[in-house]
Formats: sequence, structure tokens, C-alpha cells
Amino acid sequence: MVQSAQFAHSLEGWFGLLPLWGWAAISAFIVIYFIALPFGGLATYVERKIAADMQDRIGPNRVGPIGLFQFAADAIKMLSKEDFIPKGGDRFLFNLAPLFVVVGSCTAFAVLPLSKYLIGADVNIGVVFILAVTTLIAPGLLLGSWASENKWSLLGGLRAASQIVSYEIPVALSILPVVLISGSLQIGTIVEQQGWTVFGENVATNHFWNAFHNPFTFFSMFLLFVGGLAETNRIPFDLPEAESELVSGFNTEFSGMRFGLYALGEFCDVFVMSAMVTALYLGGWHIPFLDIEKLGFALPTGLVAIIQFHVFMIKTLLVVFVVMWLRWTLPRLRVDQLMGMCWKGLLPLAFFNVLGTAIWMWVFKGQSLIQLLAGHG
Amino acid sequence: METGYITAFWFIIISALTVPLMLGVGYLLRPKGKETRRKMTSYECGEEPVGSAWIKFNIRFYIVAIVFIIFDVEMAAIFPAATVFKESIANGTVGLVFSEIFIFVALLLIGLIYCWVRGDLEWVKGVTKFAPNK
Repeated sequence: MVQSAQFAHSLEGWFGLLPLWGWAAISAFIVIYFIALPFGGLATYVERKIAADMQDRIGPNRVGPIGLFQFAADAIKMLSKEDFIPKGGDRFLFNLAPLFVVVGSCTAFAVLPLSKYLIGADVNIGVVFILAVTTLIAPGLLLGSWASENKWSLLGGLRAASQIVSYEIPVALSILPVVLISGSLQIGTIVEQQGWTVFGENVATNHFWNAFHNPFTFFSMFLLFVGGLAETNRIPFDLPEAESELVSGFNTEFSGMRFGLYALGEFCDVFVMSAMVTALYLGGWHIPFLDIEKLGFALPTGLVAIIQFHVFMIKTLLVVFVVMWLRWTLPRLRVDQLMGMCWKGLLPLAFFNVLGTAIWMWVFKGQSLIQLLAGHG
Repeated sequence: METGYITAFWFIIISALTVPLMLGVGYLLRPKGKETRRKMTSYECGEEPVGSAWIKFNIRFYIVAIVFIIFDVEMAAIFPAATVFKESIANGTVGLVFSEIFIFVALLLIGLIYCWVRGDLEWVKGVTKFAPNK
């Protein structure tokens, strides 16, 4: 099997000193506080800047050079805002709701393959883990909206729940082709198999990026992306917080840092979704046609980890950029169009892709398009 | 492999602790204003709220949830079959595994067609052919 090391193992190998569970805790701390939460903060700034560019405005430019510290200013503002719970609301559930959203989106970072040596938790159920954990967001939104005793919130929360739950099925079905190809649910293994080089020794066992494995997986990637957009409540699927009809949707009554936590959780979820597209379909940490571990000379593991981390981040952030780009390009759907598109459009297509990939695998003995063209195996 | 689960556990703990931490910092920094009656009402575009917000909502949200549960359970049943599919190509049992996946997908498709014909997928309900009150 593939020898991919988890973050805790790498840390223990490099530094020693602590028992493994200690390094596990530290790796979790590093990933959450130095990758997940800063991304959530910076993404708000980047999104505003992209919006400004697309609408020919300047955007935030006062706090720090080109407005880079805008997110810090926003954080201070949110922390110092007065915070209250509506009188008729359910105080306990109101406090509980942001917890679900933040835990749901931050825990999913555990299985993201940041690099071959920096996977937080390379568990053998990786793909199902992400699906299971990100679904925690739906009850979070529903609880928050129910607890705030506000009609806008309730409508937004119900929309969010039905939308997230519906799009869960096309998303899971778009992951199935990858599982069929890789024969594993472990994300480290799935990414490792996507490293295909023209001159490498692994051309027979590894295929190229899953998106280019066969025509069906190529469409599957788009289905996963579209389903992910809907699951993260992004435009054109942002009906739960449609500001022109529902004020602010499920977070109407949330003020100050509670609202901040919701926004943070949502942005982390966007990152998780983009990282999932990258890891499952776009080759994860692999540079196309180049395996930096088989260059003929050995690079130190730390350097390999850093290069792979950057490759993975560049790919993921490009997907995030497409998500933000779509926001300023497409109008919002109507509720009936949204549900119809999921059940009558994406779902049959996803079934078609699953069966198509299975038949391709059977007919061509598991070879990818590029392997067939190159005549390997 | 156990390290993975330990780390995942730590992820849950640390992300769960983040929420009280941030809200606690906010509690120390923010002003504590008086709780006036106007301020504590829920927001309805400046109008006085009319009645409770815990209204009876539309049954279609419930139907979506039921359909989702059926589909999701069957999906969970496809995943194990999909995981062994690649192995089965090598050891010659691919026909069995493929037929299993095919049966599951066919079941889901029949369920989808059933819901579709019954009109459960229509968000805006007209009078359908199989409407029970007809």
C-alpha cells in the first residue's frame, strides 16, 4: 500500500520529545489555528477585493497596505459589538448553533491531504468522514434559525436544511466514481494514485488526475463542484440567506462574534469543498507529469512536504477563486428551480456517471484514458 | 491508523473549544447595553412582530427530508461495494460486484421515478394524478 505519513507522525519523526498523542493534538491545533481560521478571515477580504475588481471599484484599501488587515479590523469590530438573544428565543439552542457550524467545517480539515506528509488524520474512511462531518452544518443552521424566533430566520433555516440535505445525494454520488477507480476511501491513497509521470516507474499502477480518467469522471467533477456550491450556500444557491427576500436568512438575529463564527464556518466549508474537488479530481498535491520524489536525487522530506503543501494550496485556492467569481457572475435561482435541478437534473446525471465509470473500469481493466493512449500495462 | 482517529478526535475537541473561546473574548470586550423591550424583539423590518415565529411550516420540507433519508441509506450501502470494485477486477469477481452496484443504483432510480411520477419532487404543487384527496 501507499506509504503516506500523517502530520503527527511527521512531527514526531522530525522533533521527537513528545508522545504521539501530544503531537496529534499539536497538529490539530496547527491545522485549525494556522490554516482553517486564518483562511476564513482572509477569504472575507479577498472576496471583497475580487468583487471590487469585477465591478470596477477599489474595494477595501484603508487598513494596512492595500487593505490587507481589513480582516483584523473586522474581527475587532465583531468582538466589540453588543450581543443579545431575542426575548422569545431559545437561549440554549441559540448558543449551541454556532458550535455545530464551526465543528462541522473545522473538523473536516482533519482529513484534507495538505501534503503526503501533512495529512492530519489519514483514516481509512476519509471520504465518508468529510461527508459525515460537513453535514453537521445543516442542523447548526436549522437550530440557530429555530432558536432565534424570527420568521425570516425560520424560513432561511428550513431552506438551508432542505437544500443541504438534497444536494448531499448528488455530492455523494459524484464521489463514488473516485472510490470505484481507487478502490479505497482513504484520501492519502486516492491522491497518491493520481501521480502519473511520463518517465516515472509508477505509470502502470498510477493513473493521471481522476478528472481525466475517463469522460464520466470529468463530468462528475463538475457535479461535485455544483453540489458543493449548493451545500455551502454560495451564489447561485444562496437561497437560505437571500438578502432581497429574507433579510439575512438564518443568521438574521445573530450579531457580533456569533455572526462572525457563522461566516467563518461557511468560508471554511467553502475551502473544504474546494479541497475535496482538488484532492479527489485534480490530483491533490501532485504537480502534473512530475513526481518531485522521483527526480533522481532525494529531496529532504521537509522540503517535499512544503512543496506539496504549496501545490495543493494553489490548486484549492484556484477552485475557491472560481467559487467567488461565480458569485459575481450568476443570478440567484428560485426555490423550485433549485430543488428541481437537484432531483431531476443532477441526480440522474450522477447515476449515469457512476454506472458509466463502473462499465469503463470493467471494459478497460481499470486503465485510465491516458494510460490507454500511452499504451501502458 | 489509530493515530488518525486520535487526531480526528483532537480536531473535534479543539474546534469545539474555539467557539467558547471567541465568544468569551467577545464577552470581555463588548459593551453591555440595557435590555430594552424594543431591542429584544425579533427583527421584522422595523414592524412590531406579529404572533410567534414558530409557525406551522410547509409539509414539503418534511417530504424532502424523508426522500433524503431513503436515498442516503442506500448510498451508504453502495460505498462498500464500490470500495472492493477495483480489487474484484483483478480477482475475477467483477460481475458479482458490478451487478450489486447496478441493483442498488437501479433501486434508487426506481425510487426516484416513483417520487417523480407521484409529484413529490414538484416544489410548487398542482393537483397531481395520484393526489390522495382526489
